[in-house]
Amino acid sequence: MNGAAQITVEGVSFAYPGAAQPVLDDLDVTIESGERVAVLGPNGSGKTTFALHLNGLLNPHTGSIGIGDLTLGPDTLAEVRRQVGVVFQNADDQLFMHSVYDDVAFGPANLGLTADAIDQRVSDALAAVNGTDLADKTPHHLSGGEKRRAAIATVLSMNPRVLVLDEPTSGLDPVGRHELADLLVTLPQTQVIVTHDLPFALATCTRAVVLDGGTIQVDMDPDALLDDPELLARHRLALPFGYGRTRSS
Amino acid sequence: MIDLQTSTHRHLHVHGTSPIHGLAPEAKLAGLVAFVLIVALTPREWVAAFAIELALVVAAITTAHLRPTLVLRRLGAIIPFVAFALALPVVGDGSTTDVGPFALSVDGLWAMWNILAKATLGASASIIVTATTPIPQLLTGLSRLRVPPTIVGIIGFMFRYLDLIVDELTRMRRAMRSRGYDPQWLWQARPIAASAGTLFVRTYERGERVHDAMAARGYAGTMPDLGTESAEPSDWVVALTPACIAVAAVTAGGLW
Amino acid sequence: MGPYGADVIVALHAPDGFLAPWVALATGVIVVLILGLALRASAEELGDRRIPLAGVSAAFIFAAQMLNFPVASGTTGHLLGGALAAILLGPWVGSLVVAIVVVVQALVFADGGLTALGYNTLNMAIVPAFGGWALFRGFRRLLPANGSGVVGASALAAGASVVLAAMMFSIEWLFGATAPVAFDRVFGAMVGVHVLIGVGEGLITGAVVGAVLAARTDLVIGAADLAPADLAERPRVGARTFALASLLVALFLATVVSQFAASSPDGLERVAQDHGFADTAEEHSLADGLFADYATRGLDNEGLSLAVAGVAGVALTLIVGWGLASAHRRVRISTTS
Repeated sequence: MNGAAQITVEGVSFAYPGAAQPVLDDLDVTIESGERVAVLGPNGSGKTTFALHLNGLLNPHTGSIGIGDLTLGPDTLAEVRRQVGVVFQNADDQLFMHSVYDDVAFGPANLGLTADAIDQRVSDALAAVNGTDLADKTPHHLSGGEKRRAAIATVLSMNPRVLVLDEPTSGLDPVGRHELADLLVTLPQTQVIVTHDLPFALATCTRAVVLDGGTIQVDMDPDALLDDPELLARHRLALPFGYGRTRSS
Repeated sequence: MIDLQTSTHRHLHVHGTSPIHGLAPEAKLAGLVAFVLIVALTPREWVAAFAIELALVVAAITTAHLRPTLVLRRLGAIIPFVAFALALPVVGDGSTTDVGPFALSVDGLWAMWNILAKATLGASASIIVTATTPIPQLLTGLSRLRVPPTIVGIIGFMFRYLDLIVDELTRMRRAMRSRGYDPQWLWQARPIAASAGTLFVRTYERGERVHDAMAARGYAGTMPDLGTESAEPSDWVVALTPACIAVAAVTAGGLW
Repeated sequence: MGPYGADVIVALHAPDGFLAPWVALATGVIVVLILGLALRASAEELGDRRIPLAGVSAAFIFAAQMLNFPVASGTTGHLLGGALAAILLGPWVGSLVVAIVVVVQALVFADGGLTALGYNTLNMAIVPAFGGWALFRGFRRLLPANGSGVVGASALAAGASVVLAAMMFSIEWLFGATAPVAFDRVFGAMVGVHVLIGVGEGLITGAVVGAVLAARTDLVIGAADLAPADLAERPRVGARTFALASLLVALFLATVVSQFAASSPDGLERVAQDHGFADTAEEHSLADGLFADYATRGLDNEGLSLAVAGVAGVALTLIVGWGLASAHRRVRISTTS
């Protein structure tokens, strides 16, 4: 059951109620088992919407989403949610209990595991994010980096096969970004990393897709993408200010 | 002029290792309710019973190693009623007695005493329990006392996000003040109300995102029971002792 | 120090033993019954989103009550938020959320007595939420079906809901007074003061609802029947004009009401005689048993006082009952549609 799973997205379209334009428009993408893919794109391009589709928090109007052998639907929803762990942009939304332990235990408890099994899951998940010392802390007292690691532990405790991370570097200091990148590359799951942070994408991912206008516009190696300033500019992408090879005057 | 009073739960709990800190929360809560009930039912003329109840409160404060100033400061919540009670001997009807140059209502004096004594004792008892019990423990206590899980869940989320919301409000106010907003009159309050409206939208949207995060981890409407060990019989004995002594005091007062 | 100043909530966060035990018990039973209904209805309205959404909304109401707003040079007031919660969240969820705030304030902040929770919750959560909702629905019918109408109805309903809460407290005093202050004086003082407080409550509530409408119309349950296009139109009435006008009306009302409490109510006595109340005023039988001795002992004109109490009680029951009924209909409609 553990390890990684393939993600198959076929012809997915989605529009928010009352909106004229669809956010996702006939989107196709396949992500191989164990792959780490950066999803890039300008604001409002539907990156978060795409992420929320992967474990059924939003339902596509047309098209299908497959996780491993499962096709997402009402019957498979619970199992897909177990297999696909979503780490939300704001860690405070994810850490809603009063201690990190309770937050990490929340998912396994919903699975109906025994107290001992829950305890084991929590220690494993916290160990995986180097956060064993966080267990008894209150989310309110954590640093940005600690919150992010705790948030990742809350989904690792579900033993997922896919991790979806929405803007994982937002609110992190430079050292926190480094530590997070080092952590993600050690995790075996298939990873979908939605981000604006091109150097982070480069550091963690072997593949980058650019979402714009509701579909995948670019699908290539992140290294090559960063070498193509014209392509980046077309999709409102840029290296962080100061990283660039030119000097602004 | 537009300061926010930021006395949220962050500052309520006082760390300690006293026997009262160590009691199981459900026993503490039950003991609190029982004691406050007895206080509320104590007939106002039985001054000796109130004295014994006060002694119990003082004993609990001492045992919990709480600073008396802390308890007194938090008793500020009852100030409006102290003011009301102090007015009673003056505005009360019925026969009067001369106290110095004033003719005060006898009944009013008794009513004042009644309200002051009960409000002080009841609030002090609550303050002792809150100061010795962190919020998560309080929630555990409530659920072990069979408070509906939905209610306990709502209270839990309220406390989890209260500080974040208050921080947000404080930031909005700072931003307003930094642009010279210093309202003096009611009709200048619209920006404050508008910020509260914005805050509601942000808060509700946070609730929606939190629900997403919960659903993503298999939540389907029932908070899971992360069971922990429950109270020892000795906890119940200790926690209910003040209430029992108070009952004894009131009963004795009645037999006199 | 609790989150409140002493300025606004004079007798609403009552401490332990403030009213007679049986009033505490009776109001407690009523509150538990209504909250039981609210729990069920909120499950139907919000589904599995109930706990997180009600939780953060309770945190919002708690924070909003801590907000100081200016009243007049140097003095500030606080929001009560019962009607606001009902208009934004619907009366069931709104009353549940405010009730939880009241309970937590008593339990954790020693703000209001634990044994006073029955009447405190009734006065601060149930009556403002359901009474406010009923009045809001009523004012909506009188006002245009657009954003201005919603904001205006919110302001009027919220202002009046505070007065309803004060009336409720006075009626509880009639049954369970613990101090020698007669009903007419308590009624006059409470309602008089809260008419003035209602002006602030109304203005702030209206403006909050307006701001929410501007951002996300779907988050105002009280405007759920209107299309976003209708709601786009919002009031441009100067807040200053509105504040002054409502303050004048409130002052007038407060004066009339406090006349009732004045020690020599000659005018009222004449009214009483003209309308035949004076005869019943001679009989003290009404006061025996049911009403608290204190609340009727000092009455100069008992018949009139009890008539006022009766009218206030009937009005309260009708308004809150209407609120409950209309809330109930809303749930049925939303679950069948």
